[in-house]
Amino acid sequence: MSNDTQTIHDITNQDYKYGFVTDVEMEIAPKGLSENIVRLISNKKNEPEFLLEFRLKAYRHWLTMKQPKWQNVNFPEINYQDIIYYAAPKQKKKLESLDELDPEIRSTFEKLGISLDEQKKLSGVAVDAVFDSVSVATTFREKLGELGIIFCSFSEAVKNHPELVKKYLGSVVPYTDNYFAALNSAVFSDGSFCFIPKGVRCPMELSTYFRMNASETGQFERTLIIAEDKSYVSYLEGCTAPMRDKNQLHAAVVELVALDHATIKYSTVQNWYPGDKNGKGGIYNFVTKRGKCAGVSSKISWTQVETGSAITWKYPSCILYGDNSIGEFYSVAITNNWQQADTGTKMIHVGENTRSTVISKGISAGHGQNAYRGLIKIMKNATGARNYTQCDSLLLGNQCGAHTFPYIEVKNPTAKIEHEATTSKISEDQLFYLRQRGISSENAVSIIVNGFCKQVLKQLPMEFAVEAQKLLGVSLEGSVG
Amino acid sequence: MLEIKNLSVSVDNKQILNGLNLSVKAGEVHAIMGPNGSGKSTLAHILAGKPGYEIIGGEIIYQGKNLLAMEPELRACEGIFLAFQYPVEISGVNNLYFLKEAYNAIRRHRAEKALDAMDFLKLAKEKMKLVELNESFFNRNVNEGFSGGEKKRNEIFQMAILDPTLAILDETDSGLDIDALKTVASGVNHLRNEKKAIILVTHYQRLLDYIKPDFVHVLAQGKIIKSGDATLALRLEEEGYSWALEKENARA
Ligand SMILES: Nc1ncnc2c1ncn2[C@@H]1O[C@H](COP(=O)(O)OP(=O)(O)O)[C@@H](O)[C@H]1O
Ligand SMILES: [Mg+2]
Repeated sequence: MSNDTQTIHDITNQDYKYGFVTDVEMEIAPKGLSENIVRLISNKKNEPEFLLEFRLKAYRHWLTMKQPKWQNVNFPEINYQDIIYYAAPKQKKKLESLDELDPEIRSTFEKLGISLDEQKKLSGVAVDAVFDSVSVATTFREKLGELGIIFCSFSEAVKNHPELVKKYLGSVVPYTDNYFAALNSAVFSDGSFCFIPKGVRCPMELSTYFRMNASETGQFERTLIIAEDKSYVSYLEGCTAPMRDKNQLHAAVVELVALDHATIKYSTVQNWYPGDKNGKGGIYNFVTKRGKCAGVSSKISWTQVETGSAITWKYPSCILYGDNSIGEFYSVAITNNWQQADTGTKMIHVGENTRSTVISKGISAGHGQNAYRGLIKIMKNATGARNYTQCDSLLLGNQCGAHTFPYIEVKNPTAKIEHEATTSKISEDQLFYLRQRGISSENAVSIIVNGFCKQVLKQLPMEFAVEAQKLLGVSLEGSVG
Repeated sequence: MLEIKNLSVSVDNKQILNGLNLSVKAGEVHAIMGPNGSGKSTLAHILAGKPGYEIIGGEIIYQGKNLLAMEPELRACEGIFLAFQYPVEISGVNNLYFLKEAYNAIRRHRAEKALDAMDFLKLAKEKMKLVELNESFFNRNVNEGFSGGEKKRNEIFQMAILDPTLAILDETDSGLDIDALKTVASGVNHLRNEKKAIILVTHYQRLLDYIKPDFVHVLAQGKIIKSGDATLALRLEEEGYSWALEKENARA
């Protein structure tokens, strides 16, 4: 092993620093999934009838489905009866203010660098903190309320704005969409909801922080974002989980709806526990994310930095329904050690003059396997549609892999589609150049990788960009050859 | 400062250096000349610690330490700088950011406080004048899309900032027009003082019109076959390397 390989090894094998467990009293449903469990979840949350119906229909549909097999990732059969579908921190009574939050939970988020103290917050980021699928705190709610912005947990939205939930839930990702979306629709316990009224530009970043704590639970949260005409919102999502020997399932659904001239920017920094260096444990991150550019000249932009999880399997997508609407997908996915990723996007061009841009950066190290899978679909009426796709892979070492699966379906002859793809190994000459200037090999790898990802990272809001850069470095500790 | 003793090096089972000796003291400027493919870049790479070479024999002592046992970044932190013959492009990495990381890595090694972005910018602006680059270079990616001459100036700019103890310039003069050549020379002369040493690898006498070397060596057949003062370079220019080689072979 050369020196460089050794260092890359050392860097890649850095410990996962979010791996601690919080000791709070939990209310936990028995293991397994049945109609009774679905009813129990709905009942616990005092849900209206329409939602129970939605869940039951989803559950019954799920029973008829089979887990898909086409993905380029491998994992043992999941026993869905061996998962806990509801776990919530016990709260004696309803919180009147953030001060009453369980100090253990508060300190968990503090440890993760997320302050739930509104007063102490310097930056303009409103946070919804989700702990084991249950939203425990939402900050800056009143300030946003003055503008008519609703930012709250999904459960609260069901209580306070049932008409909005009823109208939009499942409108972008129907429960019939896929296996995991059906499962989520049946058992989701909480998540974030946000609604930006006509003409309002949301003055701060809205952010949800997901934390998986209980063992053997699945996390099934549901996010719904609606941007009315001429509104704008930037939304951030971050996630971590403790280190566990057993794999844990995370099957979320995110739905975005952008009406006329509205813009939604959705950024994710995903850092779920990736498993240990031998591939034991880690999160299965099987998520359905889709946005609908329903209105004319609307825009949805996905940015994701995927560094965690044992398996990442997701395709944040855009349905470009409104004429002149725009879809964007910027992605960095890192797989190190035994991590696997099959990720990409779908851009469905329905309206005229719709445009989409896809920039994907895959980085593989150790035994990591990284696949980009993307579909560009131009429908019959999408006259003047355009897509640009750029898909670059970087290999660190000899045992990892990069794969590209582009699919293109064109039903309108005026479509213009460009696709560029590259695969390269991290260059010894670049590494040596940086080291010759005094930079340690760990930092050299991190600098080169950050450079490789720059097009994507610069899409992130400032607060997140810095975090993401550090994460890239840490995720790769130990990886060039 | 630097003592190379009986150094033999091979790459891909092909021997390149074969018992090379060289001694460099603080305050000295050494020029190393030699035909194409004689191993000049190999020697420069070995001093900087580039992986991929096999040391078959010999040793290198730098400031009393066993240089060959040191990682490349440690050598850099201990004052060794290599101006590359072919500087590599690094896309997406901001030139100034990269240089700040390098500068601060070296400062931390010396237990000095790292400079923040503002102070570093001040330093960079000052050193920039020396090489006549303009500030747009700060925000470009490392060597990306630079012309040959710009790459070389960028190397000298980095050298000016990192302020090395032993600078090795590998054909920094090749492919430069006369103005660029003067710039490079003034960068080197600026660095020159009694505490530092410089090794100039060059093909041409013309650089030595601007940087007066204390010693000139001819590297051929894997070793230094001839050493002398600045007049040796003039002689080589007139008579070619074959002259030096013939003498060496006649001796052998
Ligand atoms: N990686 C390598 N593999 C095989 N041969 C090499 C390699 N690097 C250099 N060489 C050979 O070593 C010899 C010396 O090269 P180099 O040090 O670059 O010479 P110079 O700088 O004096 O022109 C040349 O014959 C060159 O082809
Ligand atoms: Mg050379």
